[in-house]
Formats: sequence, structure tokens, C-alpha cells
Amino acid sequence: MEVGQMQRTWVEYIKSLFREGFLDSQFSQLQLLQDESNPDFVVEVVTLFFQDSERLLNDLTRVLEFPNVDFKKVDAHVHQLKGSSSSIGAQRVKNSCIRFRMFCEERNIDGCLKCLQQLKEEYYTVKNRLEALIRLEQQIVAAGGSIPIEELTF
Amino acid sequence: MRALVVDDDSTNRIIHQTLLRKLGVKSLEMVVNGKEALDIHSSGQTFDLILMDMDMPIMNGIQATKELRAMGVRSMIAGISTRAEGEAIQEFINAGLDDYQEKPLTSSKLKSILHKISHLMDN
Repeated sequence: MEVGQMQRTWVEYIKSLFREGFLDSQFSQLQLLQDESNPDFVVEVVTLFFQDSERLLNDLTRVLEFPNVDFKKVDAHVHQLKGSSSSIGAQRVKNSCIRFRMFCEERNIDGCLKCLQQLKEEYYTVKNRLEALIRLEQQIVAAGGSIPIEELTF
Repeated sequence: MRALVVDDDSTNRIIHQTLLRKLGVKSLEMVVNGKEALDIHSSGQTFDLILMDMDMPIMNGIQATKELRAMGVRSMIAGISTRAEGEAIQEFINAGLDDYQEKPLTSSKLKSILHKISHLMDN
């Protein structure tokens, strides 16, 4: 694929991520922070988000397996995931966390387990989409092009 | 200007660090909980701005803010949390915050905090 075509694909792809609610304006803020002095900023942040989120999802799975669930601990993990997903603009993950915390407040184990499942689905979906976006960006840069952020008008 | 980022989440720390650098804050330190914020002050370091998360393990932002004020720390402390409202936010503010912002922290929110600091310095 030639560079121009890859850039157009990138624009359409990222617009679809915003349109479908996977990402919100906070992700655009991160893209604007990336510059020549910090060219890998978005990849670094997204990679940290993946590492932290997977650790938190594993912790949540373990805590909810105990016979006497420590809801305070569950809430602390979900709260942390809500904070980091909000900071990178992973809107659907953040919204899942908000629902999860409501069930946690009610000490509703079935509701929490359902929310955990939904949270994992949202997380792995956005992870796949972001990885595809990053791969496309790397292909554009490897072919000598630049990421056409200026074409992102909503 | 010297800034201290206090947050247990590594994603937030790197974002806050980059936002601060982008707005011209070159000298900054990062710690992962309230106790480390107290320790770094006890070691003699001082800051013009402290970006303080609220919910952290070991020592949360409310306790850390209270203790920093009790130690005589006069830096601007801006509380940052995903919570939008409620008693906990009021308790955080009452602990001695100069400013409170809901996460995610953005350039414009940080600019408003830095503007307050420059205003204080001018007076």
C-alpha cells in the first residue's frame, strides 16, 4: 500500500474508533502531546495502560473468586482502572468501570462478576483496536510518511 | 518551577509528567503514594506545585495533604481524582488543597493551575 493510501486508512480507522465510542477526546489530547522530542509518547502510554490494566483485571478475577469477597479491594482496583482508562480516553472501558462500581457499592457479587466479564471484553477489544492503530502508524512512518493528525476534524 | 507528581498509577504519572514538561515545567519528581510525598519533603526538597492523587495505597492524598500542611509546606497542592463530587472530595479540599481537578488532567486544566501559581507569585 502506498503512503497516501495508508494515511487515508489511518484517518478513517481512528475516526471509526471515536465514532463507535472506543476512544474519546482525551486520546486526541495524548496525540497532541507527542512531538519530535517525544515521538513514542502514545505508544509508551498505551503500553503502560495495557500492563496496568491486565494486572488489575487479574487481581479483580482473583479477589472475586474468594468466598468472602473484599468489596473494598474490588472497588479500589476498579477505581484505579477507571482513572487510567479515563486518562488515555478508553471511553468504553471507563464506562464499564462506572457500572462495575455501582454493583460493588451494592455488594452484588453476581453483578460484579457480570461487570468483570463485560470489562474484560471492552478492554481486550480496545486493546486490539489500539494495537492495529499503532501497527498502521508504524507502517506509515517506515514508508517515510507522517501521521496525519491535522486531518482529524470531528 | 519545581513540581511533584504523586500518583500510584504509572499511566497517569507519565501523562502528568508530559503535560507538565509541555507547559515548560522542566524540574519534576514523581512518587507513588502520600507517604513518599512526605518523605521527599522530609529529605529537604521543596516544590512550587504538587499534583496529588486522592486514592492511593499506603497513604492517600487526603492524609498526605493534611500532613504536608501540618509540616508547614506552603506549595500549591492541586488534588486530582476521577471523583466528580461527594463528601470525599470536600474532605480532600478541606485537607488543604489550593485547587481540585477531575481526571483526566488536560492541558487546559493544568494551565489554569499554573496560572494560579504565577498569580500567587506575582502577589
